[in-house]
Amino acid sequence: MPALATDQVVHHVEDPVEEVEASPGRRLGFLGWFSLVWLGGVALAALAAPWLPLPDPDRSVLEIVRVGPIQPGHPLGGDGNGRDVLARVVFGARASLGISVSAVGLGFVVGGTLGLAAGYFRGAVDGVLTTLFNVLLSIPALVLALALVAVFASAQQDASNGRKMVVLILALGIVTVPLIGRIARASTMSWSEREFVKAAEVLGAGHLRIMVREVLPNVLPAMVSIALLGVAVAIVAEGSLALLGVGVTEVPSWGNMIASGRSDLARAPHIVAVPSIATFLTVLALNYLGDVVRARFDVREAAL
Amino acid sequence: MTSRAPAPGEAPVGFKVNARTQGRLLEVAGLRTRFRTPAGVVRAVDGVSLTLDRGRTLGIVGESGSGKSVLSRSIMGLLPRRNVVREGTIEFDGERIDTLADRRRRDLWGTQMAMVFQDPMTALNPVLKIGHQITEGLRFHLGLDRRTARQNALALLRSVGIPEPERRLGQYPHELSGGMRQRIMIAVALACGPRLLFADEPTTALDVTVQAQILDLLAAQQRERNMAMVLVTHDLGVVAGRADHIAVMYAGQIVEMAPATALFGDVQMPYTEALLRSIPRLDQPRARRLQAIPGRPPNLIAPPRGCRFAPRCPYARPDCHAEAPPLVESSPGHLYRCWYPVGGGAGTGGTAGNGGTGGTAGNGGNGSTGGI
Amino acid sequence: MALARELAKRALGLCLVLFLVTLFTALLLSMVPGDPVDTLVPLAESEQADAMKAQVRADLQLDRPLHERYLGWLGDFVTGDERGEHFGDYYRVSGRDPVSGRLAEALPISLQLMAYAQVLALAVAIPLGVLTAYRAGSAFDKATNVGAFALLAIPNFVLGLALAYYVGVWLSWLPPSGYVAFGDDPGEHVRRMVLPAVTLAAAQVAVYMRLLRSDMVATLQEDFIQMARSKGISDQRVLWRHALRPSSLTLLTVAGLNVGTLIGGAVVVEVIYSIPGMGLAISQAIFERQYVALQSFVAVLAILYVLVNFAVDVLYTVVDPRIRHARARN
Repeated sequence: MPALATDQVVHHVEDPVEEVEASPGRRLGFLGWFSLVWLGGVALAALAAPWLPLPDPDRSVLEIVRVGPIQPGHPLGGDGNGRDVLARVVFGARASLGISVSAVGLGFVVGGTLGLAAGYFRGAVDGVLTTLFNVLLSIPALVLALALVAVFASAQQDASNGRKMVVLILALGIVTVPLIGRIARASTMSWSEREFVKAAEVLGAGHLRIMVREVLPNVLPAMVSIALLGVAVAIVAEGSLALLGVGVTEVPSWGNMIASGRSDLARAPHIVAVPSIATFLTVLALNYLGDVVRARFDVREAAL
Repeated sequence: MTSRAPAPGEAPVGFKVNARTQGRLLEVAGLRTRFRTPAGVVRAVDGVSLTLDRGRTLGIVGESGSGKSVLSRSIMGLLPRRNVVREGTIEFDGERIDTLADRRRRDLWGTQMAMVFQDPMTALNPVLKIGHQITEGLRFHLGLDRRTARQNALALLRSVGIPEPERRLGQYPHELSGGMRQRIMIAVALACGPRLLFADEPTTALDVTVQAQILDLLAAQQRERNMAMVLVTHDLGVVAGRADHIAVMYAGQIVEMAPATALFGDVQMPYTEALLRSIPRLDQPRARRLQAIPGRPPNLIAPPRGCRFAPRCPYARPDCHAEAPPLVESSPGHLYRCWYPVGGGAGTGGTAGNGGTGGTAGNGGNGSTGGI
Repeated sequence: MALARELAKRALGLCLVLFLVTLFTALLLSMVPGDPVDTLVPLAESEQADAMKAQVRADLQLDRPLHERYLGWLGDFVTGDERGEHFGDYYRVSGRDPVSGRLAEALPISLQLMAYAQVLALAVAIPLGVLTAYRAGSAFDKATNVGAFALLAIPNFVLGLALAYYVGVWLSWLPPSGYVAFGDDPGEHVRRMVLPAVTLAAAQVAVYMRLLRSDMVATLQEDFIQMARSKGISDQRVLWRHALRPSSLTLLTVAGLNVGTLIGGAVVVEVIYSIPGMGLAISQAIFERQYVALQSFVAVLAILYVLVNFAVDVLYTVVDPRIRHARARN
């Protein structure tokens, strides 16, 4: 701003100080650092779980059945089957985060590619892909995931654990495709009108080259901010599906820990509370970082 | 002031007719308005004093960013609640209004003072019917019932020259033309019979052909109601012939103020001179605003130490940049803020030499443009 | 009339989406790995079992190609089958049951729950959004913002379990589960719906409030708000009469789109609180591998969702006359 026009000040900066403080864009602040540290810690623990000095998450110990936190050797107590809650919540992070991140990664790649193509080529391509997105979006996300998992994973009486995982990832990934696809499409549309894209076209660059080199880097922030929110949504969806009885069962996940702890809620609330808090903090951190990315790159389309 | 338009329609009923028709209505002293922004404190209005008599018109002229709009809002008290500091005294009808509580001040708005905004496109609520927007104030302040308020609204619409007033009441702003909308806005502002009207660039957003009509309408209403008016504009041509007094603002300060005739006849301030040169001539296509003044108004977070106009002034000398000139009087009622005034009047420590070429030409030229 | 043509165009698009959605749900069934009939008729190999399986296969039209099956299902869905039943059959070993009967029981309960949650969420979020925008930057605003952020991160099943346990069991203020129809006992109906509705509404409150606040802050900077203030009317009037309606378009859109989230949420909440709505019906259909029923349930929910969004689109024109104007002109 070369000179501050006072008229503009009155018209447009009704509350200037608030603008600075409320937007998480400029500096990370406490919540931002907390989010990064928490997510980093959870990811690290999930990856390193087998090498951490933890009890076997599947071994039952009679003494700690439904015993609350702060026990020698079992800081978070035991669950309804006498399994160590700390070990299960750490190993549960593997399944919960693994499924969610893979699903959103899948949706990111597929949805991003389709959205980019729709926004770049427009016309018939856009028409077909937008209709596809609309159809997928017109089935409530959780119901769609539920139906997909139900159809693919529980058709056989004894679907293996690996198969269930893959199906969960596919189902949640398919749900993510139209979300990321629409953002990528809208963002691509606005960017592909810019001069530098036109310039690349004039210089004879191929479609693929323009899409990857010129458009994609600008569209990525919008996609990343949605993807962060998407991971949060997928974690919650994993929990919901577990509660509905179609999630993974053989390995611990935050969702199935909560689902199986339900029956002991009155006697031993910590069995549900521990994975719930882990889910809450992870979702909180992802939401916050998604907001940060959005604010920093001014992703307006993300509102819808 | 000559009377132009014939008095339009009947006057709306239901507003107070003030007993006194003469004398002081508004007295502002040492008014300062600052905005706290992330970039720093913006001194939008920086020490303004002025007066206005009943039924008279004060023209406030300056570029955008000169603080003229903020000045009228500061006088009225129509400022954001947070991050604003206002200092100085404002007396309205002999009563301090700058110290009033919000609620008491709101009682003045609409009934004692009202404002016509620049852009009727954005200043009328797009989702409310025109009838509602006009009658709202009537019902709120005067406690009129629905039917009486509607009668008043119809009378108002007629008096501001709106055809088919019954139909208009049920329409939305977007269904009307720009000039029509501005008439509606004037009707809204006049609804409760204010004694002081702030017109903030009331014609800037309008077609050239409509501008004169709206200004004439304002003048006619003003005469009829013995209403004082503060006419804010960037265009000296707008206030020429319509204002009794003219105050030229630059960078939050008044840099020249005089009775209209005195100002046009004897320009002291180089900035005023530059503004005069930028008036669009009737016989030429509408010129771009203020193309004659190079550069931009200064940053009001850190204004220049010396004369605030010095960086853009063609006559500036080294000492202009060093010390800020005070507001001095060249003739009774004619104030200006310059070390080396172009008119060569009572220059404080300056010589009249610089008025030579540009000054005389400017003065000579504006006599005809101003039409006084 | 131009507006009518615009609506007709939208209705046509609506039909296309509905067609594709139902086709998609039909596809889902044909993608079931293995033979669904084997799981429906879990009988040992015998002539009787084979005959039964053949009968089921014919009833479910599994012996016909996809397009015929889809058209058959669509025909049943829309006009009813030979017994006048819509939506197909719910199969058990013991016999067939029309899905329409289950829908008639479950759908109204779910709709009730969603309506309560939506109304509750808006009733809390609108005043909060307006007030925080009005007092933007104040301590109240900041605290509300933090609260909304936290609320947004609580999964509905966590909140549901927590409320069911603490309010329902520990404090025993409200029954922690079960459903009573309004007609049977209005008081008990309300008591039993409070926790589910609150659970379902909580996250929506945060979403709606934040949306309305940000739109409202923008609206409050508009000229017409300054104009309204300059009339000297009360701040309450400026906020509610002048600022709220122009700020509520995004809220309306999202409230419409959110019906999808609400449906998903209702499924979970119903299971937690044992409310016999669509959520329970779907889980049961999945558990019993009732694919035709599942197909119909999913299709009904999708249709519901599409229709709600269509309605929101039409509602726009009521809220903002500018859109009505623009559409009429196009």
